[in-house]
Amino acid sequence: MTEVPRLPTSGGCRSEPILKQRGQREVFCGLTGIIWLHRKMQDAFFLVIGSRTCAHLLQSAAGVMIFAEPRFGTAILEETDLAGLADAQTELDKVVDQLLARRTDIKQLFLVGSCPSEVIKLDLSRAAERMTEKYAPSVRVLNFSGSGIETTFTQGEDACLASMVPVLPETSERQLLLVGALPDVVEEQAVSLLTQMGIGPIKVLPASRADTALKLGENTVFALTQPFLGDTHAALERRGAHHLPAPFPFGEEGTTAWLRAIADEFDIDAETFERVTAAPRARARKAIAQASEVLRGKSIFFFPDSQLEIPLARFLTRECGMEAIEVGAPFIHKGIVGPDLDMLAQGPTLSEGQDVDLQLDRCRSARPDLTVCGLGLANPLEADGLATKWAIELVFTPVHFYEQAGDLAGLFSRPVRRANLLRLEAAE
Amino acid sequence: MKLTVWTYEGPPHVGAMRVATGMTGLHYVLHAPQGDTYADLLFTMIERRDHRPPVTYTSFQARDLGSDTANLFKTSLQDAYARFQPEALIVGASCTAELIQDDPGGMAETMDIPVPVIPLELPSYQRKENFGADETFFQIIRRLAKPMDRTTQISCNLIGPTALGFRHRDDITEMTSLLSDMGISVNVVAPMTAAPSDIARMGAAHFNVLMYPETADSAARWMERELNQPYTKVVPIGVGATRDFVKEVAEITGVKPYLDDSRLRLPWYSKSVDSTYLTGKRVFLFGDGTHVAAAARIARDEMGFEVVGLGCYNREMARPIRALAKNYGVEALITDDYLEVERVIEALQPEMILGTQMERHIGKRLGIPCAVISAPVHVQDFPARYSPQMGIEGANVIFDTWVHPLVMGLEEHLLHMFRDDFEFHDAAGPSHHGGHAPKPDVEGGPAPQAALSPRDISSQKKQGANVIWLDDAERELKKIPFFVRGKARRNTESFATERGVSEISIDTLYEAKAHYAR
Repeated sequence: MTEVPRLPTSGGCRSEPILKQRGQREVFCGLTGIIWLHRKMQDAFFLVIGSRTCAHLLQSAAGVMIFAEPRFGTAILEETDLAGLADAQTELDKVVDQLLARRTDIKQLFLVGSCPSEVIKLDLSRAAERMTEKYAPSVRVLNFSGSGIETTFTQGEDACLASMVPVLPETSERQLLLVGALPDVVEEQAVSLLTQMGIGPIKVLPASRADTALKLGENTVFALTQPFLGDTHAALERRGAHHLPAPFPFGEEGTTAWLRAIADEFDIDAETFERVTAAPRARARKAIAQASEVLRGKSIFFFPDSQLEIPLARFLTRECGMEAIEVGAPFIHKGIVGPDLDMLAQGPTLSEGQDVDLQLDRCRSARPDLTVCGLGLANPLEADGLATKWAIELVFTPVHFYEQAGDLAGLFSRPVRRANLLRLEAAE
Repeated sequence: MKLTVWTYEGPPHVGAMRVATGMTGLHYVLHAPQGDTYADLLFTMIERRDHRPPVTYTSFQARDLGSDTANLFKTSLQDAYARFQPEALIVGASCTAELIQDDPGGMAETMDIPVPVIPLELPSYQRKENFGADETFFQIIRRLAKPMDRTTQISCNLIGPTALGFRHRDDITEMTSLLSDMGISVNVVAPMTAAPSDIARMGAAHFNVLMYPETADSAARWMERELNQPYTKVVPIGVGATRDFVKEVAEITGVKPYLDDSRLRLPWYSKSVDSTYLTGKRVFLFGDGTHVAAAARIARDEMGFEVVGLGCYNREMARPIRALAKNYGVEALITDDYLEVERVIEALQPEMILGTQMERHIGKRLGIPCAVISAPVHVQDFPARYSPQMGIEGANVIFDTWVHPLVMGLEEHLLHMFRDDFEFHDAAGPSHHGGHAPKPDVEGGPAPQAALSPRDISSQKKQGANVIWLDDAERELKKIPFFVRGKARRNTESFATERGVSEISIDTLYEAKAHYAR
């Protein structure tokens, strides 16, 4: 039988004090989410209404340039657009006309707000309504904001998914909705496990195409696959859907607890649960044990980045034997990461928001064995002799559920193994 | 409003960051929302810098707007000064902060910071990265450089190199040694390597070497006027340009021209028989104006290529590049629209592209070899080995870099002889490339898999404007080695079109071949 996860005897972190500092933040803005969202939604185009900085960010965050004609672009505001707002709306119409004429494969168009468009109060929801009427039924036009003044990194995905919820048609059918943009291979594994238990129908938000018959209503229950979906969570509840709180499906323990929350909701008996999960659980445990060998007893420090920090700290401390020094997150939404906080033993500093200079001081004085941080900080910390793990890889790489649990541990163990391997000094 | 998919240049504050990051002892306080810190990774990842760029971002949020973004700026400036103790500060706004009009320069003035604080006005909605670098360097020089006694030995300043520059690191070394061979010492290299206190002693040099007009043109002009320092106009990239540069320096300084060319290999390599196959190779050039102008001369005069098109993405260089193009009998392409560059390359069907990392990707998709000659930079443009573009070693490096993507002369001959061999057939491509076929570009890095273009370029290639290839002619065309097939197809089609022939037969193919024989 599957055992219930043991909670830390000293009590979890849910009620622990949270260190909040205000200063320079070293994080991406929400526009970055477009990089993985456009891969997931194959008939969608993301049009950022912003500045050259936004275009440059998207290009730089993609890391390696795709350099084909991508399904995202930036309508760059120019001096003339800033002079008068009516003008900007007409200009936007022109750009969208041009775009949709050239890209007839596009079925969903997202108008994405940026810092400049928010500051000049360019009304993109009005534009989206107008365009939806104009291009219906072939193209659906929605809007959300990925601006840095309102969103941090993964919150861009949250804003995008939340913008899709109100326009979904109503259904009274009982269904399970999995929420979060996951790589296909991972999504299929989750659906397959749940289907084997006899749970269904299962729907996914975002769907890979706009014409998928995704509906929503009071008999919909939903499980989040990512911890940063606070606004989407609220939008779904406004539509009457019911949330299944659970730890996030990272590692064997997290995946089992997440599946169990769903299985309980659908009255799946313990035997069936065991039959479906036993083999992949055993594989996950084995893979984690191998990958985490070098992580045991090592300390870890998280800079805030994707909001995955708390569930990952739970995984690394409980399943890989690491010790967390500081777990920093851009936001801590206890309604969503509460179950993970319950399982995370007290001890680490929990911090929300950032003053990067002060946080670097703490990190350098703690000298953790591994630091999880953004790309702007990684090489400078390595140069100080601190091993680092790029946080962005955690959102680009398949890391959820049983079959990826070993890979997830591997992402953290590789930099530690590498630091142990290199012999760059003269022999003694 | 302008639809943009990929950009050649970042916003102007990134140019300012390139100046600040290249320097030491200078700190940049940038009024900007969170998210603009993405620019740090350009320096720490692409250039593998082991320090954070010396930039403090104010990270204002929506809730600060209308309340106290100004105070936030002041606090950030005060804290940055206290923490980093720089010799001087530059302050400015990114695109969003420009809209809220907090006037960082004005605020800084009221604050009693005990070191020079230099305000930057960089119009984000009009100008771009190169302008930002040029303007920032100019403002720093204008504020800190003073007229002073010249050094006893003849000396110069090397101006223009910045962080994230295309081979700037190695060009500095090469130029320093070239000038030292002439008995000229380097007073200050700036912005890269200089501290504000070094900028203050730039007036001691006898003249300036303007390495990159993109980033130091305004500073060079100002110093000529205010410090009475002439500056060099020749950018010493390529053999001819390097010799001209030596002459120019000799004229400015009155020293004897001297160039140690004992290690120069480009001229002999270019004359050697293996290079015969380079003759008349049709090349297309695109990049920043300075590197394109230098590359055009090398391509035509030192490699024996035919320049079939050229252009630049920085509008500041439009005039000289247009004049240059005229000289080469082609039309200049002045644009920062990546898709337009791609269309022009597709239409011209060059045998080689000399471009930026962006054109390298175009080349991959179209199956055209490409060598990179200019920024925007990529992690590959910061090789571990010494790899300058300027001077004698620069010319050697350029020969190797340009020839590498092409099939070697002897190899080309063998390919032709054995083209029906089972493992040497032309679809296999040359061994050192892993094939020439257009393929999805998914190499490297943690990014998600590449989005493939929805456009099928091969179907466009099959059909000329109004002519049809008969089956036997199409089959014959396939027997022609792939690396000249594009040219053969294009020549045959234009030959047919000119003569009003609507169907291409084997005869048409060979008539065209005879017509174009050189």
